Amino acid sequence: MNTGEADGNVIAAVDAPTAEDGSGVIHILLLTVGPIVLALVISGALLLILGVNPLTYYAVVLERGLFTSLGLEQSITRMGPLLLVAAGLIVAFRAGIWNLGVDGQFLLGAVLAAASAPALAHALPPALVLLASAILAAIVGVVWSLLPALLRAYHGVNEIITTLMMTFLGTSLANVLVKLMFLDPATTVPQTRTLPVDDRLPRLFGTTINAGLLIGLLAIVGVQIMMAHTAFGLKLRTVGANPVAAAHAGLPVAWLTVLVFALSAGLIGLAGAVEVLGIQGNVRADWNPAYGLAVIPLVFLARLNGYAAIAFVFLFSVLSIGGESAARRVGVPTFFTLVLIALIMIILATVEYADQRARAGRAS
Amino acid sequence: MEGLLQVPFLTALLAGAVTAGIPLLLAGLGEQMSEKAGVLNVGIEGMMLGGAYAGFLTAISSGSIWLGFLAGACGGALVAVPMVILCVQRGLNQIVIGIGLTLGLEGLTAILHHVQFSRTYPRLARVETLPIPLLSDIPILGPALFDRHPFVYLAFLLVPALAILYRGTNFGLWLRAAGDRPAALDVTGIDVIATRTVAVIFTGLMAGLGGAFLANVGAGIFVPFMTHGDGFIGVVLAMLARGRAASVLAGAMIFGGCLSLTTAFQIAGVNVPTDVIQMLPFATVMVVLIVFGRQASLPVALGLPYVRGER
Repeated sequence: MNTGEADGNVIAAVDAPTAEDGSGVIHILLLTVGPIVLALVISGALLLILGVNPLTYYAVVLERGLFTSLGLEQSITRMGPLLLVAAGLIVAFRAGIWNLGVDGQFLLGAVLAAASAPALAHALPPALVLLASAILAAIVGVVWSLLPALLRAYHGVNEIITTLMMTFLGTSLANVLVKLMFLDPATTVPQTRTLPVDDRLPRLFGTTINAGLLIGLLAIVGVQIMMAHTAFGLKLRTVGANPVAAAHAGLPVAWLTVLVFALSAGLIGLAGAVEVLGIQGNVRADWNPAYGLAVIPLVFLARLNGYAAIAFVFLFSVLSIGGESAARRVGVPTFFTLVLIALIMIILATVEYADQRARAGRAS
Repeated sequence: MEGLLQVPFLTALLAGAVTAGIPLLLAGLGEQMSEKAGVLNVGIEGMMLGGAYAGFLTAISSGSIWLGFLAGACGGALVAVPMVILCVQRGLNQIVIGIGLTLGLEGLTAILHHVQFSRTYPRLARVETLPIPLLSDIPILGPALFDRHPFVYLAFLLVPALAILYRGTNFGLWLRAAGDRPAALDVTGIDVIATRTVAVIFTGLMAGLGGAFLANVGAGIFVPFMTHGDGFIGVVLAMLARGRAASVLAGAMIFGGCLSLTTAFQIAGVNVPTDVIQMLPFATVMVVLIVFGRQASLPVALGLPYVRGER
């Protein structure tokens, strides 16, 4: 038996269409807000044990992540790279490809963008510098996915193994590049040269939000439209649902597989560039925001729907930005955000499952 | 460079390979049983961290390394319980819950460490070894393999024990059927859910033991995020091993050896950047996959929940 078929089924099972009716909006709100409240209560108990007033903590998280203009701008800014990662993952998962190599593709994209942008700044006008660095990062992402893609397409090697291997390789290689090749000689901490704030991605409407957000939104909406409404998207979904049937139907499965890997990893590499060119300005050694582990569950909770993913990414951004401020103000370590997010994920998934069962029960 | 291929270097390399390889071995063996039974257990990283924390806390407060291992196994199994309830019994997405558990345990153990140990950083004493007479006198091999804490011997003994379990017992057959043809297993009157439950709890026990070994013997201290992807390497080892326990052992020792190369090189006076050496095991796997185009031959129903009467 072909392992790809099993993979496809897992994803197809997640991707089952949801019934939308008149009371749908309220229903979905309940299904989303309820679990979040429950997660807040449980982690609140943990805060009490730690000797922190949960209400104070949550107030700071919300204030700093959502209700101050600076906090909200930071939260929205963080969405840019996360949306690109989500878009890359949705392409892959809908086509039945487990791309678990996010961190490697992201970091190598980031490092190459960080290395090329300051270097090109002397030769090219700023807009072209940004464009060239972003394209380079996307290409690096694609290159890093090429081996898993070819092995999967032509030898049937399981891509969970290969993309995990490539992501471990990629994170180490990114460190090697930062420490040995692209080191900024002017600083004592090992990091790449810093791109001046003026040369970074342009800011939007006089806020601190940069154009990375638009790139991310464009990517995720584009991916959603492509997968749901175009013939090409239908081909990819067919390959994902049942590669054997797709081959019988005359689809070039191997070529489409490579293409899916390239699209997915290219978007994720671009995410690295947006993070560096828009937010960080450089890459420090051993820096790894580990967006892969965060975004993979988010896109599944969004049922691989691009629009729903935007909402989940926003929620994640608010919680992580708010959590970082709260760590400084209330003295709760940032790790707490991980617990909160994990709880939300698990409870959301559970409630959604229960809801599906209830619907299935009513339908039959 | 002449420090290489000398006794101190080789001894350090082999001993380091065992120390770094044991957690991978335990994680890989644990994951192997889950995967055989059709459950892709990505939560194993969280189970290792749970085991590492519980194991270290118990060992440091009780003074007993064995109690530490026991607590580590329990800690890992405890993390496996939500995986059983949600993914095996209810059929939720295994990847979402697995990653959720990993993130949650990363956060939880880091907070607990922050609250309890971040000011004092207590350390466990070096563990006492149990040298095996005669064998421990063999140069290079002796100190690395036969002059270790008894737990190391037990971990190695698990490999033949599991091999016999898989090949020679009914339970081994049920496991494989639960992963390949769950419906057929159900027809014969064996409970698929119960079989998978046992497998996932076993994964938790093994991962917890691996974590406890990492903290109590490998490092002598608990550090947040200390598993560093060991659980994911365990997932890969299990996938590459094609169901054979001995292949997990081989893989774990190769990975462990690469991880210990840095220390061994330092002893030999050769300075190679850590990051480059860390790439070795992953590069090796990729080369093997490219050369042999090796398919993982995974269970057919891997990752799929079993719902009686469906399809």
